[in-house]
Amino acid sequence: MADQRSLPEETHTADPFGSQPILHEVDSWWKIRLTLMRRSLRENWRIFRRSKVGVFGLVIIAFWAIMAVMPTVFFATGFWNPAVYDPVTGLELNPPTRTMTMVERITDPNTEIDRRAVLLDGRIPDTLQIGDTFELPRQPAPPDGRHWLGTDPLGRDVLSQLMHGARASFFLGILAAVVTVVIGTTVGSMAAYFGGIVDAFLMRLADLLILIPGLAILIVIGAVFTFQLWHLAVVIGILSGFGGTAIVLKSQALAVKVKPFIDAARVAGGSARHIIFYHLIPNVMPLSVLYMMFTVTAAIQSEAVLSFLGVLNTDTSWGLMMNLARTQGYLLQVVDFWWLTIPAGLSVTLLSAAFFLVGRGMDEIVNPRLRRR
Amino acid sequence: MSLVRVEGLRRLFPVSAGLFRRSTGFVHAVDSVNFEIGMGESLGLVGESGCGKTTTGRMLVRLEQPDEGRILLSQPDGTDMDVVELRSDQRTEFRRQVQMIFQDPYESINPRRTVYETIAEPLLIHRIGDLSTREQQIREMLRKVGLAPPESFMFRFPHELSGGQRQRVAIARALILQPRLVVADEPTSMLDVSIRISIMELMSQLAKEMGVAYLYITHDLAVARYMCDRIAVMYLGKVVEIGATEELLANPLHPYTQALLSAVPVPDPALPPPEVRIKGGIGKAVNPAPECRFVDRCPQAADVCRTTPHPPLEDKGGRRLVSCHLVEASRH
Repeated sequence: MADQRSLPEETHTADPFGSQPILHEVDSWWKIRLTLMRRSLRENWRIFRRSKVGVFGLVIIAFWAIMAVMPTVFFATGFWNPAVYDPVTGLELNPPTRTMTMVERITDPNTEIDRRAVLLDGRIPDTLQIGDTFELPRQPAPPDGRHWLGTDPLGRDVLSQLMHGARASFFLGILAAVVTVVIGTTVGSMAAYFGGIVDAFLMRLADLLILIPGLAILIVIGAVFTFQLWHLAVVIGILSGFGGTAIVLKSQALAVKVKPFIDAARVAGGSARHIIFYHLIPNVMPLSVLYMMFTVTAAIQSEAVLSFLGVLNTDTSWGLMMNLARTQGYLLQVVDFWWLTIPAGLSVTLLSAAFFLVGRGMDEIVNPRLRRR
Repeated sequence: MSLVRVEGLRRLFPVSAGLFRRSTGFVHAVDSVNFEIGMGESLGLVGESGCGKTTTGRMLVRLEQPDEGRILLSQPDGTDMDVVELRSDQRTEFRRQVQMIFQDPYESINPRRTVYETIAEPLLIHRIGDLSTREQQIREMLRKVGLAPPESFMFRFPHELSGGQRQRVAIARALILQPRLVVADEPTSMLDVSIRISIMELMSQLAKEMGVAYLYITHDLAVARYMCDRIAVMYLGKVVEIGATEELLANPLHPYTQALLSAVPVPDPALPPPEVRIKGGIGKAVNPAPECRFVDRCPQAADVCRTTPHPPLEDKGGRRLVSCHLVEASRH
């Protein structure tokens, strides 16, 4: 980067090749494609880099990507014992304890079972008398050397859950974004290219989908069906792809459709399919990648809300961590049990914000009018 | 032998106005146009902007559908292909035979495709050759259009090329299928004056090499003179005069052609400025009255021009077709 920065800006734009032709010998098509892609990536990175929020977002995403990979590394190297650190089945067997004094023994007169002992998992020996002290396991336990972010009410490691939750969020966000982009670009380009009744039908459908209150419909679907994570991704993708994204991309495709190179393709004998996929879509792609970023944000947030409400059938996710804190009654004790809610909540906020910021940064590449000179 | 015969070609555009977009009439953009282009011949279509020359060109490549008339493309087997009503099995063949070069090289090439992809596209669509023969063909074509060495141009994007280089790419794309007719819609008007001549030279040289016929649309008589064997002059949707280039320019018969020629500046300050022979500007042929289209601006207009419909395009001797009541069929 340092050598690039030292050069004046004009050297990059005026002659991207230097004085040498890029390729003297065509040996492999893949190599050429790669060269071209690298070149355009470098150029786009140069523009992207100027947007501070975009780079900031990218740093956060990179951080979470590393977080998502870490559990695999920890388990593989034996740093983490799966029996203890597994996000779902893990259990800390030797939790920190605190010393308590027996004040009274409350026994249910009907069943003759010690109610407090039941609450504490029956770990109070019968031999204890009033006035004796005993060790009580603390679960959820606050952060210590073994569990950097403490454990949850079931004795599982919070950091491990957080890292696995990042995986779930990436999976969900990226799948939803891909579905959005595939549907949005195809629908938008088709509506723009064919016009007439196809356009009218697709656009009214888009209006309809915009009217649907997304979260409400997701809760209903979640209540009726067993809702897996990838179901959610597809539903969010369809809602966003068919709705707003399709409308925006259609307007972009309309602007491309009237360009003479579309006429040229027609004169060359190109079919509608050829023109849509070879000419229209590549030209609306930058904008759809931008919308992809915004979809990731929406998907991560909806997942958190749905998991929190408990309508999503998933093993680990940030929303689920908060859900557990809520069902176990720790939600309103943020000061005393902050490690149950704050890390998960902050993660949702940070990662969804990061994708939004990257989207803002890409806006400057896609939309030259926003570019600072 | 003629390659294309255009007979009674007509294209009307509805004009709508008012709150409910009521159709109030039709612009007669192209109105009963007849002409022929011979094998390997280059016909210039000259006229002011808005006279229908581009629409005519677009109808020839089926980018517009005519409302009336026929376009007949003669085939090597002696039959005629009706371009207006193509059978579905003729479409591919037609696309291979007729190509177009567009006016604006900055807009007529997909900015996201490399030069190679742009030129390979027609081959790809028509499934001609495999990867290596295609590449060979494209290299050869690039060399032909003066983009040498091909290796240094093939994988560039259009924004890395100059206007003239882009137009060369567009020419390569139009000629890669070895068409028989190319419609060139003012291919040099967007280019710098300094490179126009080289593009025109290239086009006429390639035409000779490959036996391509051109319909060369331009508003510039000097360009038409350089490029074309014959010139057709259009005015408000009508062809008013067709003739061999040098003859037509030396001795224009139609008053409009005469006016056009008198408007060409003469690079000699000693000569007096040419007298302005026509008045007013070009209008739009919305629901034209049954009179000569040119009558309002014609310096020689007579009664017959107002009372009879637009005169037909008639042979006035020596392959000169003129559409004017006042021109005598003089030279037989």
